[in-house]
Amino acid sequence: MRSLINFLLRIHFLLLFILIEVFSIYLLINNNNFHKARFVNLTRQVTGNFYTKTTNLKQYLSLAEENQLLAEENNRLLNIIESTYKSDEIFFRSVNDTIFNQRYMYTSARIINNSINKKHNFLTLNKGNQQGLRPEMAVVSNGSIVGIVKGVSKNYATVISLLNLDLRISSKIKKNGYFGSLNWDGKGYQTAILNEIPLHADIQVGDTIITSGFSSIFPEGILIGYISDFEEKKGSFYEIEVKLSTDFKSLGNVNVIGNLLQIEKLELENQAVKND
Amino acid sequence: MIKLFPRYLASFILLVFLQVFILNNIQFSGYINPYIYVLLILALPFETPKWLLLIIAFTLGLTIDLFSGTVGMHSSATVFMAFLRPYILKVISPRDGYESETLPQLRYYGANWFIRYAVILILVHHFFLFFIEVLRFSDFFATFARVVLSSIFTIILVLISQYFYRKDTRR
Repeated sequence: MRSLINFLLRIHFLLLFILIEVFSIYLLINNNNFHKARFVNLTRQVTGNFYTKTTNLKQYLSLAEENQLLAEENNRLLNIIESTYKSDEIFFRSVNDTIFNQRYMYTSARIINNSINKKHNFLTLNKGNQQGLRPEMAVVSNGSIVGIVKGVSKNYATVISLLNLDLRISSKIKKNGYFGSLNWDGKGYQTAILNEIPLHADIQVGDTIITSGFSSIFPEGILIGYISDFEEKKGSFYEIEVKLSTDFKSLGNVNVIGNLLQIEKLELENQAVKND
Repeated sequence: MIKLFPRYLASFILLVFLQVFILNNIQFSGYINPYIYVLLILALPFETPKWLLLIIAFTLGLTIDLFSGTVGMHSSATVFMAFLRPYILKVISPRDGYESETLPQLRYYGANWFIRYAVILILVHHFFLFFIEVLRFSDFFATFARVVLSSIFTIILVLISQYFYRKDTRR
């Protein structure tokens, strides 16, 4: 027994190192997981306060408050448009047909932390649970894509930026509707790669890429960017380089879009899978 | 040892602020991001107990992590670097060993020694950090370029910091 303790004392440095290193890597892996970043959210409450203060300073310099007022005004108008459009179908409402209810809700938020130089970039918004944000909501800026809300705390939310190797967006070519999946290749904040477009699709440099609306997170038709280059990959698909229309370096105010029918759609789709 | 504590605590706070609020916002072309905070590990006294070294490294890395939303990334890299520090010190020790009452700084052991010491440890740290960030070896050379470019900037900053020490800590 004593010799065991002596042995442990002799190699305590190595043991402690392995212990701490394994713990660190455990934390890392746990937090890389798409939906399980609770720890980050908890600490965001604290660090978020610091970021709010420094961002307020930056906001003053760029007079972004004016922008925010405009963004809020926009949201109010967008909400009105959606609901007036749907209320044409008042007949169907009377039989309680949920299909014709309002489908998307818009709200605005301010970015208080942003990065573009890592491989897994995240943004922090100044709104959270209390302001109605939920995980899996879409984030856009001026009608072009930014990312997806990952976790929310009471007053802050973290957003997976499009500039994150983990994120895939279902997207399509506007003019002919061919769809594929878009993800970032980690090289530079201005381009991403669109895969799975078949070779017989007619594409040209400059074509517009938009979201497909298949994913229940993004509405159809949110602008992603424009084709800047493409080449044939082995197999029968194009590898298309897309120049992103969002400038991630100068983001300030964003809109968050909630899909009111998301749960219903997912439930239906899960049911279909089960019945198979 | 104890009388040095306030000074290291102050430099801990200073380095974290410098890193989080200034250097993390500087992005040269998306490739280069210097990580000056490792200076704290470089500057700890020779007699620091090894276990304390690891714990300081973990605390420092975790603090940086919490501010950059990447829990575990900086802490694992910093702990790895701290683990190697005693061995590196042994390998590059001057012929007569290290004298007591001295610190691992440029003014005690000269530019030649200090640059070797800093370059090895900073490269180790950055290499670990950037590779654990991507978690794969497919874009090896792109990641390697980031390691080298960022290390160069960190080393330059660390060397500059040595000339700041010179003035105010002469006893």
